Amino acid sequence: MSEKIKKENKTSFIDWFLGSEAATSVAVVILGIIAGTIIVMCVGKNPGGLFKAIWQSFVGQYNRGLGKWSLAPLGNTLTYAIPYVLCGLSMGFANRVGMFNIGAEGQYMVGMLAAHAFAVCIPSFPGQWFFCIIVAMLAGAVWGGIVGVLKAKFKISEVVATIMLNYIALYLYRLIALYVLPEGLINKTYQTAPLANGALLQGIGIRIREGALQLGDFQLNIGFIFMLLSVLAFWYIMEKTKLGFSLRATGFNKEAARCSGINDTNAISTAMAISGAFAGIAGACVLLGSLRFGRIMQSQDNYGFMGIAVALVGNSKALGTLLAGILFGALKSAYSLMQFMSIPREVVNIIEGLIVIFIALRAGLEIVKAYRAKQLLKKEAR
Amino acid sequence: MSEYAIQMLGITKTFPGIVANDNVTLEVKKNEVHAILGENGAGKSTLMSVLFGSYAPDAGRILINGKEVKITNPNVATSLGIGMVHQHFKLVHNYTVTENIVLGREPKKGLVLSLGEAEKKVAMLSEKYGLQVDPRAKIEDITVGQQQRVEILKTLYSDSDIIILDEPTAVLTPQEIDELMDIIKLLQKEGKTIVIITHKLREIKAVANRCTILRRGKSVGCIDILPETSEQELATLMVGRPVRFDVDKKPFHPGKAILEVQNICVNDSVGIEKVHDFSIDVHAGEIVGIAGVDGNGQTELLYAISGLSPVTKGRILLNGQDITNKTIRERIEMGLGHIPEDRHRHGMVGGLTIAENTVLKDFYTDKYTGKFGILKNDAIYKNSDALIEQFDVRSGQGSITPAGSLSGGNQQKVIIAREISLSPDVLLVAQPTRGLDVGAIEYIRKRIIGEREAGKAILLVSFELDEIMSLCDRIAAISKGSVVGIFNEGEKTASEIGLMMAGVKNAKAGA
Repeated sequence: MSEKIKKENKTSFIDWFLGSEAATSVAVVILGIIAGTIIVMCVGKNPGGLFKAIWQSFVGQYNRGLGKWSLAPLGNTLTYAIPYVLCGLSMGFANRVGMFNIGAEGQYMVGMLAAHAFAVCIPSFPGQWFFCIIVAMLAGAVWGGIVGVLKAKFKISEVVATIMLNYIALYLYRLIALYVLPEGLINKTYQTAPLANGALLQGIGIRIREGALQLGDFQLNIGFIFMLLSVLAFWYIMEKTKLGFSLRATGFNKEAARCSGINDTNAISTAMAISGAFAGIAGACVLLGSLRFGRIMQSQDNYGFMGIAVALVGNSKALGTLLAGILFGALKSAYSLMQFMSIPREVVNIIEGLIVIFIALRAGLEIVKAYRAKQLLKKEAR
Repeated sequence: MSEYAIQMLGITKTFPGIVANDNVTLEVKKNEVHAILGENGAGKSTLMSVLFGSYAPDAGRILINGKEVKITNPNVATSLGIGMVHQHFKLVHNYTVTENIVLGREPKKGLVLSLGEAEKKVAMLSEKYGLQVDPRAKIEDITVGQQQRVEILKTLYSDSDIIILDEPTAVLTPQEIDELMDIIKLLQKEGKTIVIITHKLREIKAVANRCTILRRGKSVGCIDILPETSEQELATLMVGRPVRFDVDKKPFHPGKAILEVQNICVNDSVGIEKVHDFSIDVHAGEIVGIAGVDGNGQTELLYAISGLSPVTKGRILLNGQDITNKTIRERIEMGLGHIPEDRHRHGMVGGLTIAENTVLKDFYTDKYTGKFGILKNDAIYKNSDALIEQFDVRSGQGSITPAGSLSGGNQQKVIIAREISLSPDVLLVAQPTRGLDVGAIEYIRKRIIGEREAGKAILLVSFELDEIMSLCDRIAAISKGSVVGIFNEGEKTASEIGLMMAGVKNAKAGA
């Protein structure tokens, strides 16, 4: 009897697992890490170092030299997570309306460019950073909105349009930074004039040099708050408002939405603009929070593309994308820690790649699901 | 040799969520016309797909001419002499009749295609079976009825002795149906065995010798069709209870014209004119039916009225106001309801819940949206709970069930609930009962009549002439996108309407 109950519980667990997108995502991440472990063992290293690095990127490490517990790896994790999460939101938001936004990269660059120009051309004033983020957001929104309008009005594939716009954004950045923005003082090819002090994002540092906890330096900037606000905005707009309703309806079935009086052209354009706004904020946060100098972009930063992976793991949902972004941030943070443990740090790239591949295998789970439903029916038929 | 051409014994076939065939037995004698009767979803097409090798059965045996066979794919079926004419023809439109027939087994001389022989054989077969098809005509130039004959020719060309016809009359006019019946009789005379899948009782009476009845995936029985077998009897067997074919309708008291369509022309998505100079009025309290064969502009007409496609000429008035250039939402707000032909594509959003689907057209109004554009979920769920109760929508989890997981009948009920709850002045209804079971059909027809009684103007498009004739107060027969004639209920017989649907202007078969 008890065995029977146990069996039923087991069945329901599998059904729950197959039915839950979140559980699938977690499983995919675990699979990716297991595969990474095997690879580390294959090259003859101790996989313990891999786990230790990932663990440390969440909780910090003991710094022997200073004799203190350093939270710097966690700070790095969260700082890296800022552009990952924001670009993931950008991808996810568009995805919910049925658009495949490969253009987060371009929207990110345009946002960065706008923040850059605002920070270089306008003399420093307190709170300048806030306006920088706003102009970056608007610039990203325009860049995304263009794609939306092209798609909605002229049926131009958003994939093609965004790839093109990514390059346009890169060279536009270079053009403006080299020839329009004030010249750099030392190295004109690689730097513009420095960013205004007021434009730099303030660190949320915890510096406790003395005391029982003995925490080390904790680097994180205020962009993190903007990222959290963006996650909240994503969830709120998508799930709670009438705008979100029309976006979701359009995403699931554009024709039915249109037939019900929803303006699908507007929905797609609006969604792409909001999507671009998220990526634009990411651009500002990276420039003003992490780089902190007037960089002239040489090539794409790839945060936009990582955003695709983040959104896929996060199921294009607000909370999922936040968690997935932090995970990818942790992997990047572990990247540098692993050097100290003499583990090839490329393993991290492999894990990231595998996670994306496993996510794409979700279709395989659908087959398992269909098969199980069939078996169940057969059982019932007998 | 066995007496039977086909024996399918104890066939079981399941799909996720349904048992399509449950221990079904079908025995077809040699050289008979055997009908398979059942409602939509009774498992007829699945059974034939199993026979034709498109699906592998989960259990059961198949015997052809007394020998047990394993039909793993359609090629095996063809080599066993089984030919199938699908409901949706599988023809290449810019190829000739002969080219279509030899497709996949092209006769070659060296590297060059040689159609001469094939053309002769097609002409010979066409002659022999009275099919009257020109082997050199292009498919796009011939009528739907002739296209069907090309499909029949395909099976004859591959020397099939058993010919399966899947819902062959769905796309034909009444006259073409009569011709098809003659062809079937001729095929039988020439020694072929015919299996005809249908849910139309009249056709079974006309040609079939025996009839196997399927109900909800099970075979209910096999009966001989005798001259005294009544349609009522067949219907009762098909549904499992006595069915009423007539509809209760109060006398016809039309009010003022609510919807006026004036001389509109509409193009389809690739720019071909599908509706030409079309005019029709629909008055309050009446149902106007559009009778026509599928593909004669019905879809584009409704697209134009609902605002899904623009008109190239003419205008549309709703309550006297010109709505020709209004957006879809403006039209909805002015009182236009629409139960679309394709419920999956246009009617509902499968990924949203029932509750969300019931407010799909008015979620943005004050009723469901509060300050700052925030949705009032309480109001939305209250509305949908009430509608589920009122329209008897059966679902797993009530209001939060994804609409896509409902059965076809319940999906249609959700759509109808939404449209009726908006209380529109004009209701466009397209194919409201297609693919539904008899119970749902009765219910939905009753609801449509109810809207008529409530003084709404209803424009009904259906490819089922019976449905048009039993529901409508006035009927417009259309052909090639134009009205051939408008007349009151009961003024014309089915065969007269059929002639008009074929484009004959002055159908005078008695009137």
